[in-house]
Amino acid sequence: MNRDLISAGDLTRDDALLILDTAEELARVSERSIKKLPTLRGRTVVNLFFEDSTRTRISFEAAAKRLSADVINFSAKGSSVSKGESLKDTALTLEAMGADAVVIRHAASGAPHRLATWVHGSVVNAGDGTHEHPTQALLDAFSMRRRLGGLDGRKIAIVGDVLHSRVARSNVLLLHTLGAEVTLVAPPTLLPVAVDIWPCAVSYDLDAVLPKSDAVMMLRVQKERMNASYFPSEREYSRRYGLDRDRFAKMPDDAIVMHPGPMNRGMEIAAEVADSPRSTIVEQVANGVTIRMAVLYLLLGGDTA
Amino acid sequence: MIIRNVRILGGEPVDVRVGDGVIAEVGAGLTGGGEEIDGGGAIALPGLVDLHTHLREPGREDAETVETGTRSAARGGYTAVHAMANTSPVADTAGVVEQVWRLGHEHGHCDVQPVGAVTLGLEGRQLAELGAMADSAARVRVFSDDGKCVSDAVLMRRALEYVKAFDGVVAQHAQEPRLTESAQMNEGVVSGRLGLTGWPAVAEEAIIARDCLLAAHVGSRLHVCHVSTAGSVEILRWAKSKGWDVTAEVTPHHLLLTDELVEDSPVGAYNPIYKVNPPLRTRADVEALREALADGTIDVVATDHAPHPVEDKESEWSAAAMGMIGLETALSVVQETMVDTGLLDWPGVAERMSYAPARIGRLTGHGHPIEAGAPANLTLYDPSHRSPVDPSSFASRSRNTPYTGLTLPGRVVATFLRGKPTVLEGKLV
Repeated sequence: MNRDLISAGDLTRDDALLILDTAEELARVSERSIKKLPTLRGRTVVNLFFEDSTRTRISFEAAAKRLSADVINFSAKGSSVSKGESLKDTALTLEAMGADAVVIRHAASGAPHRLATWVHGSVVNAGDGTHEHPTQALLDAFSMRRRLGGLDGRKIAIVGDVLHSRVARSNVLLLHTLGAEVTLVAPPTLLPVAVDIWPCAVSYDLDAVLPKSDAVMMLRVQKERMNASYFPSEREYSRRYGLDRDRFAKMPDDAIVMHPGPMNRGMEIAAEVADSPRSTIVEQVANGVTIRMAVLYLLLGGDTA
Repeated sequence: MIIRNVRILGGEPVDVRVGDGVIAEVGAGLTGGGEEIDGGGAIALPGLVDLHTHLREPGREDAETVETGTRSAARGGYTAVHAMANTSPVADTAGVVEQVWRLGHEHGHCDVQPVGAVTLGLEGRQLAELGAMADSAARVRVFSDDGKCVSDAVLMRRALEYVKAFDGVVAQHAQEPRLTESAQMNEGVVSGRLGLTGWPAVAEEAIIARDCLLAAHVGSRLHVCHVSTAGSVEILRWAKSKGWDVTAEVTPHHLLLTDELVEDSPVGAYNPIYKVNPPLRTRADVEALREALADGTIDVVATDHAPHPVEDKESEWSAAAMGMIGLETALSVVQETMVDTGLLDWPGVAERMSYAPARIGRLTGHGHPIEAGAPANLTLYDPSHRSPVDPSSFASRSRNTPYTGLTLPGRVVATFLRGKPTVLEGKLV
């Protein structure tokens, strides 16, 4: 394993499997009444969040605390960052405080790469702009593996705003590494120009892809895309690319439905589908804590620390 | 003064006698007294002329001043630079262009020819007083909103027409603004992977095509700044084949570097040292630009020297300033990409880096062949030298070079401005 987790593409198949297997072991701990492990006692994990993301932040916070790490939450709002402090100066401050790991969420693609050049501790990418979100991909893979029994040869459809999705980028890379066959489904306006060379298939037609899918991952459509001519209207998007009841019925009986959250119910996913027993959406949240425990545990050297 | 043992445009060794700022005599074994300088067999080029320099003064003296920028120019072998108009205040009045011109004149490291803004405040709404700038002491002939595109077709048409009255030229920064909103890097394979908003080639090409048609329609002169794509080259080739009065420049960095550096480089991914506008493109674009410079489709190498202080580059990619410095490395990059590859000989370099830019900018005192009677603007260059680029050695106030540590060929040994050395033995005089 590298010192940092910045891109899902940095993980070898062995790295990825080690994280998933470690998470399986840690999941058993989560089922105990006392969930805390002493593994990272005395280590400091900083959650450096330049974007509001309560769910991701508390997931990392819970993960670090269950491993007994000291957690510092550094949110851009109300801090020196909002007074114009540069990312570099923030990094040097954290470095001086002795952060063993920095979990960073930032609106700028590549901010974790830059951070890693200024701090010695491990950098964990908790979502950078429209680039990547590797722990989301890991928790998705973990959730799929648990439901589907394995990922080799499994057919996964990722549907929606791929162009702006860090979740899609990380999932394509990781799922490819793990042997799954990914198909991206989106209107052509929401696909990157050179997507044809990505290690996945691409389709504009959700109805053609659904019957062959073992899992369908619906991506959130951001509000700011809705009025920027990527598609004519919310209703048209929903008709062509939303997972409604009729489409859900066309999926194989054991296929699962995923969403990284937060959802636009009625837009990209119908409420009945989101709440169905074949939806993993709530599990994904629980698995998020487990997978982030595994990542912190492995990056910070576990009990050798 | 006699400059001994130089090879004019790479030819046989000769001596050059200089007096009263003019070349008096060129020949082998010149005799006579006075000061002598040993050229050591260096190549003699006509003093280089840059059509595209950002000197930052007035307004951003923390990045560069006229003095530091012209010292940097002299070190790079330049005897004249065109100072772009995007200063603060903008060079959109006779007062500002005369200030910049005077500063250049006072410091004396190289001639500073101000470029005037096309529109007031570079805002693209109303023409600046182009005639007043043309008639000022600065004698402005090149007008550009560089950094911003004159995207309004009517305004561009009017500017092209209007400058005909004083033989001016509009130098267009070709960038369709709507197609490049929030654009961060070349739109392609790398931008898709990195999740950075793309700057598509078509945003440049569409404006170049439109402007070539406009220039032809009104019978005016158009110059295209920093051409960066293979498609732009095709359009320019077509416009020139029609006989239209269209010229174009390419930067050294677009002749050497590609967008892959944003993802994978010795200085790490997303390092804004590679952030520039127009962005670094693909290997295919680089090849097309070299070919176009060789065959004359692109007339000029211009540096687009764009100094920025450290803090404006030491940040996350999207927050960083766009631009690279280039005056002190331009000739080396041209040797590396064009001469050492066999695409261009030294007379070709003289044409692209001195004669043509002086002609386009209507600089009468620069861009002349090295012969008796010409102004003694000379650059002595040792192409056999090789060394890694060391930004701490630069005369520029800024350090934002993309070439740090890269070994490049060549070294400017001496520069003469009207017979007076501004650089000797590689050092500023």
